[in-house]
Amino acid sequence: MRREIPLAITGIVGVVFVVQYFIPHFPFSRMNDWFSDWFSIVQACAIWLGALNLLKISAQKIAARKSDWIYSIVIVACFFLIVIIGFIEGESFRGQGTAFSWLYDYVYTPLSATMFAILAFFVASASYRAFRARNFEATLLLGAAFFVMLGRVPVGDMLTAFLPDGYRLSALASWVMNFPQAAGQRAIMIGIALGIVSTSLRIILGIERSHLGGE
Amino acid sequence: MLVAGIILVLTVIAYLAKVVGGFEGVQFSPTVSVIVVILLAASLLWILVLTLKGRLIGRRVVFLYVGIAVSLPLFMSISQKIVISPETQQLYDAISELPSGAKVLVSFDYDPPSAPELQPMAEAFLYYCFTHDFKVIVIGLWPQGPQQANLAIDKLLALPEIEAKNLQYGIDYVNLGYQAGNEFVIQRMGGSFESMFPTDYSGHPYSDLELVRNIRNFSNIDYSFNLSAGYPGTQEWVQVAVDRYGLSMGGGNTAVQAPMMYTYLQAGQLAGLLGGMNGAAEFEKLVGREDKGTRFMLSQSFAHMVVIAFILIGNVAFIVGGRKKKL
Amino acid sequence: MEHFAVWVAAFLTLGIVSFLYKDNPWYKLSEAIFVGISAGYWFVVLFWDNIYGKFWNGIFPEELIDSAGNVVTREPDYWLLVGAVLGTLMLLRLIPKIGWISRWPLAFIIGCTSGLYLINYFSSNMMRQVEATIMPLVGHWVLDPATSQNAFSAFSGADIFSNLVLVIGTFTGLVYFYFSKEHRGAFGGTAKVGIFFIMITFGASFGYTVMSRMSLLIGRADFLLFDWLGLVR
Repeated sequence: MRREIPLAITGIVGVVFVVQYFIPHFPFSRMNDWFSDWFSIVQACAIWLGALNLLKISAQKIAARKSDWIYSIVIVACFFLIVIIGFIEGESFRGQGTAFSWLYDYVYTPLSATMFAILAFFVASASYRAFRARNFEATLLLGAAFFVMLGRVPVGDMLTAFLPDGYRLSALASWVMNFPQAAGQRAIMIGIALGIVSTSLRIILGIERSHLGGE
Repeated sequence: MLVAGIILVLTVIAYLAKVVGGFEGVQFSPTVSVIVVILLAASLLWILVLTLKGRLIGRRVVFLYVGIAVSLPLFMSISQKIVISPETQQLYDAISELPSGAKVLVSFDYDPPSAPELQPMAEAFLYYCFTHDFKVIVIGLWPQGPQQANLAIDKLLALPEIEAKNLQYGIDYVNLGYQAGNEFVIQRMGGSFESMFPTDYSGHPYSDLELVRNIRNFSNIDYSFNLSAGYPGTQEWVQVAVDRYGLSMGGGNTAVQAPMMYTYLQAGQLAGLLGGMNGAAEFEKLVGREDKGTRFMLSQSFAHMVVIAFILIGNVAFIVGGRKKKL
Repeated sequence: MEHFAVWVAAFLTLGIVSFLYKDNPWYKLSEAIFVGISAGYWFVVLFWDNIYGKFWNGIFPEELIDSAGNVVTREPDYWLLVGAVLGTLMLLRLIPKIGWISRWPLAFIIGCTSGLYLINYFSSNMMRQVEATIMPLVGHWVLDPATSQNAFSAFSGADIFSNLVLVIGTFTGLVYFYFSKEHRGAFGGTAKVGIFFIMITFGASFGYTVMSRMSLLIGRADFLLFDWLGLVR
């Protein structure tokens, strides 16, 4: 029961999605619609599970008075604050002037944006300390980065203004992106696709079972 | 604590000057801007000298330079020439061919962290749509996407040229909101939009919205534009909507994601691509409404120059120092 | 209220930035607020858009009055109940004793994803890419509208070179990823050329990553200097 049913579900659902690509008619088209709708609901519940799990872990941390437990109180309080506001405000919770949109604009937006923005500092620091032309391959990598970084901003063309139009850094960066870069990217893309196709096939056929825990 | 206190007092003074005193901010003249650039370059040369002597500067000094490189150009009045790349031109050409009244689907698949890159693209694209009387249908595969869309729409509707058109929600544009399910949402939309989005962003039923009432699936859409910051995003739209249902689509991507999209572009799966803030600035120039994308390009240039300078300093020291591991 | 709002946003922005100096209570507080607010944000949005908007309205559709004043009814879609059952089983993971049952919806998700990915990646990321790489190198036949006959149109030298770069880069890159044969001799040489192309790809990606990260930082600098303090004109 614990292994056979999940294996059967995975196999049936997977096969239906493969077959309906080739036979997009009843009953496969209908099954595709059902599964897509169910997937949407299950995914929503999975994200809810994540949020509830965060609450559970935070509550455990507070109860055990672990280090920095005080911040877990902040997590729980902020979670309930926005959830209560969101439920009270009803279906139009994101409308102009709602408390929910205030929290989105002045709390969520600055926090999430800054969290990612500070990566810029670490990228620059790492470039200075670790980005070295130690061999030919590393030099190629560095050269491509150099041309793209300069060519994708107006200053690149300013520095090569003495060259005829079409030979300046912006044109060079465009060429690098559209040809050698796209070629390497395509090789990686095809390689990844091969890996995904074979892994998907193993999962559908029940050979790969690690997602069920074990083996 | 003393430094923090002084900074706090200064910020309060600056804020009061803005709010009470009507202080309108500072802009460096071209001469001052050039002097600032020279000082910055000279200090970087000093860092090179220090590094050649075997003294790597601390990471906080690098942080400081990055901060200066993105902040100071905001005060400067140096104009730059934006060169249009072929992929941006391709996107512009694709939407230029659309007739008035064309139905355009715009998917906002990003959140606030990516807004500096994607919001200018969104605004420029929607500006073109509204000024050319396209009918715009907004959705989001990221929950924050439809909210970002509303920010862009509200900003554009306040512009005199758009306000004069008296655009109506439900007739000229709709926001269908977000649904969970990633590429399965796109897959389901291939059969029926209404099944995936029974109500719009504010809870109005799909069938009550005049613009979408007769739109069944992708076959009723003339062009689509996807603003993407990751998964789910342009790759999933290409795989399902473009390759499977034949949707014509352009992409607006964060710079992190853009390199991969060149393969789709080269294979003809994408009809145009805007990559990063540079793509946004190029598109703003094409649609004739230069805004944040263009304004931020000077900071972008400076930031790139500083990173390149640090890479060069590190490598010059590495080579001159006999390729020692320490450097 | 607007003044308070912009100061809150600035306080939280600087709280995150303060991490650049070192880990500190201001950063930890901002981080905790971020975690709590974002989890709650997802919770609320998914409830209204998905659980209520899609599931509840699907099972109990409201009667509508259209612009002509007619009452419009929709048929309830009871099949959505299966999705709700699977979703509920997923939530049972929170109860350790019966948590194993969450493998069923998990198996459903894995099955859907495997089935769809198998086709999508095979079609879009493999076959379409191979097809796009098998391209005319030196020229192509185009229909001449004047004579209604096909005429050969040769590419320029630069175009031929670019096309060769694309084809050779893709082929050698794929050879590099073939690990079932030792990379020696002609095969090893081809793989080596593949590494060069992949390095160029990584270099370009690095350049674009720098571009992206800097853009995000510019956005925050603009908020602090323009929206908050009004120092920039």
